[in-house]
Amino acid sequence: MSVTADLTPRRRSGGNLWVYLIALIVVAITVGPVLYGALGGFRTNAQLADKPAGLPDPWVWSNYAGVLSNPSFWQYALNSTMIAIITTVVTVVFGLMAAYPLARYQFRGREALFMVFVLGLLFPAAVAIIPLFIIITRNLHMANTWWGVALPQAAFALPMTVVILRPFLMALPKELEEAALMDGASRIGVFWRVLMPLSAPGMITVGVLAFVTSWNAYLLPLLLLQDKMRTLPLGVADFSTEHSADTAGVLAFTTLAMIPALVLFLAFQRRLVSGLQGAVKG
Amino acid sequence: MEILVFVTPALALIALFVAWPIVTAVRFSVYDWKGFGDLTDFVGLENYVEVLGDEVFRSAVGHNMVIVVGSILLQLPLGVAIALLLNRKMRGQGLLRTIIFVPYVLAEVIAAVVWLQLLQPQYGFIDAFTAQIGLTPPEQGWLGTPEYALWIVLLVLTWKYLGLAVLLFLAGMQGVSEELHEAAQLDGASWWQTQWRITIPLLGPTMRTWAFLSMIGSIQCFDMIWVLTQGGPANATATMATYLIDEGTKRHNYGIAGAASVILFVIAFAMALAYQVLILRRDTKEDTV
Repeated sequence: MSVTADLTPRRRSGGNLWVYLIALIVVAITVGPVLYGALGGFRTNAQLADKPAGLPDPWVWSNYAGVLSNPSFWQYALNSTMIAIITTVVTVVFGLMAAYPLARYQFRGREALFMVFVLGLLFPAAVAIIPLFIIITRNLHMANTWWGVALPQAAFALPMTVVILRPFLMALPKELEEAALMDGASRIGVFWRVLMPLSAPGMITVGVLAFVTSWNAYLLPLLLLQDKMRTLPLGVADFSTEHSADTAGVLAFTTLAMIPALVLFLAFQRRLVSGLQGAVKG
Repeated sequence: MEILVFVTPALALIALFVAWPIVTAVRFSVYDWKGFGDLTDFVGLENYVEVLGDEVFRSAVGHNMVIVVGSILLQLPLGVAIALLLNRKMRGQGLLRTIIFVPYVLAEVIAAVVWLQLLQPQYGFIDAFTAQIGLTPPEQGWLGTPEYALWIVLLVLTWKYLGLAVLLFLAGMQGVSEELHEAAQLDGASWWQTQWRITIPLLGPTMRTWAFLSMIGSIQCFDMIWVLTQGGPANATATMATYLIDEGTKRHNYGIAGAASVILFVIAFAMALAYQVLILRRDTKEDTV
């Protein structure tokens, strides 16, 4: 390896060949399994068994067609969508409402109240899961309903939401709010008409996080939802055990179930990424 | 007054679905309750004695620790290396950054099902590949063999979460000023020396925060394992979370599950506290100086 070559700062040289080679290996390992799943869905089980690493030859569409014409798939997709939407709306609205006074009001016990939310971050969901299942099933009679899954998911998402939104709200200019108050608007009116629109970027960040987390959730839906109420991740797991001999079918089902989260991620990539980075920086 | 109007909905939800269940877990832990009738059979700390004496639980704690330490040892150097690579000016940089993050966006269950197919004994891609490079795969498959299963799970978890580490390290590198690099290069430092002496040390706080998050995640590890192995074979991949779900849902030993939850929380809390005191405190000190 030549040391002298490294002395010149790299501008637009595009890097060396080995940089691209390593990048290529990293990409192959990262997306390889996902591509394998997507391509595997276009193969037959015989092709898969014969040549585990081959390409579809010929391409078969029946696996994907089978999943798309399977009413359970659409039922699971509907359940996932509704649960994720309820979770997101509740998390964002309640989270913003709670973050507002914590960011904008001066009152005694403000920091203590904020600490309640910070403490909420410390409790691993697994600790609460069995009692949560019993409480929702027996005390609240919400087992096997969208709300029964969405509300606890929102509750567990709220601490992080408040922790992300508070500094965001603190950074908004005070003048607009004061002007509205001078014009005789109530605090609640200011919240709806001034603060909500200004907070849109912050709300999108926490909203996307809440949506993806809810969409990907497994444990709570596993305990609470049966049969027709199950969500896509549960559907994928069930399908994979029930049709364990039909690898191609499982791969097609799994690939289609991945698409919504991937599309959402690509659409909101910047927001999601900055939200995660912001969360880590505190 | 309005403060209450604003804060109450969030607090009520947290009280109902976070605080109440946690208090209930503690209550369950001192009763021998199988899910029928009232909580009457008070047994004191017996469930704790039973859980702590259970070989399966103790090995589960060990597996959690393997995942905690293994995740950091694998993802830290790999994550830093890939972040350094992606931080260089190169074509397709944006695309690469997106791609590396894809596994993190997938649900653990979905990722696990794909890997389950890849790891199928004999017919799977991995077995075919290892056979090709002269490694004979075990007859029961990699996941079916107790000696290998936990390590395979660890590798799949690494694949899933490496993107997050890379992303956070890249964000940390944005904070390292360009001038420092240029000054070092003018002084005749090579690219490697610059990264080693400047970028990596300045990445310290980001790495420590990431390691903290990774630790907390590893302690709770459930979804991936449940789909890949259900904690088997022969409990070789059981974690505290799979143990308590197994006791709670399959055997209806709510007292045992409660005690296991409390122990899980105490371990997680103690680790978080120790990490805060021993390691993260350095960052807050550096900030205030």
